Amino acid sequence: MNEVARKPVGRFVPVIVFAALVAFFVIGLVWNQTHDARFVPSPLIDKPAPEFRLPRLEQPTQFVTKTDMLGKPYLLNVFASWCFACGDEHPVLMAYRDKFGIPLVGYDYKDAPQDARAWLDRHGNPYHEVITDQSGETAINFGVYGAPETYLIDAKGIIRYKHIGPLTPDVIAKELEPKIRALDQEGST
Amino acid sequence: MKRLLAILLFAFALALSAAAFAIDPLPFKDNAQRDRFQHLTSELRCMVCQDESLLASNADFAKQLRRQIFDMMQRGKSDKEIKDWLVERYSTFILYDPPLAPSTIALWFGTPVILLAGGVVVAVLLRRRTRPASAIAEDTGDDW
Repeated sequence: MNEVARKPVGRFVPVIVFAALVAFFVIGLVWNQTHDARFVPSPLIDKPAPEFRLPRLEQPTQFVTKTDMLGKPYLLNVFASWCFACGDEHPVLMAYRDKFGIPLVGYDYKDAPQDARAWLDRHGNPYHEVITDQSGETAINFGVYGAPETYLIDAKGIIRYKHIGPLTPDVIAKELEPKIRALDQEGST
Repeated sequence: MKRLLAILLFAFALALSAAAFAIDPLPFKDNAQRDRFQHLTSELRCMVCQDESLLASNADFAKQLRRQIFDMMQRGKSDKEIKDWLVERYSTFILYDPPLAPSTIALWFGTPVILLAGGVVVAVLLRRRTRPASAIAEDTGDDW
């Protein structure tokens, strides 16, 4: 009795510890629901995009290089005909292709060109230009590990933003469009 | 019963060998190089799979990176150079052994700090528990 009277706070220590554990548990659960650990920020942000030289989907004898693309910002959207989530993203790209205000370049990833062509014929082609990386070797340098992925590359060839997973109207409005607008302002000043 | 056991063992061995040969054959120079390759790829995360190493995964992504790592080894790159090359592209998430960085301080020191804090709490509680006991002992000593 005496002991308890001397330090009443001590009685609540187990309760407090338990509450802290519960809090950790809940935070962990919520965090995992809203964050995918696989969607890591790319270490390439604000670094020069890797050099590439890839054939056009429509004219495979013509190559597009990073140097060709310098001078104006563009979006590079990694997709593939085998990629399920790309099908989800596709209508969004169709709706936004002309609203971005910058070219949307398709990056056909580890795909047979005829499959990609058939896929674009069937669903519609949202891209201003499509380049193909059949082996996926260049994609390693971009740090691609799952389609769809979208890169915003500025006029100097620097990667300014990357989104992993399908673009949604929400992501475009909250993340991508502000980044594009920021580039516009840089360009005008 | 014995027969059943033999069949089970055989099936198990078969499954094991299937797993071992799921990995694409790469022309290693010698066993030492193969061991080095297996050790290195076991420490790297297959980014597209859930909790699988580059060594164990059968995903296309892992196959391609295994090939890439193999090629780099043939060109005489060290383990560190290969890891740095991968981190440059895929961030430190690809490493199973996280480096010590501001974002990983909690990871590296969190557990020892919590252990230490727990130890302190236990020590304090034990001291408090023994002190009143000795006081009571003294009290009773006086009464006797």
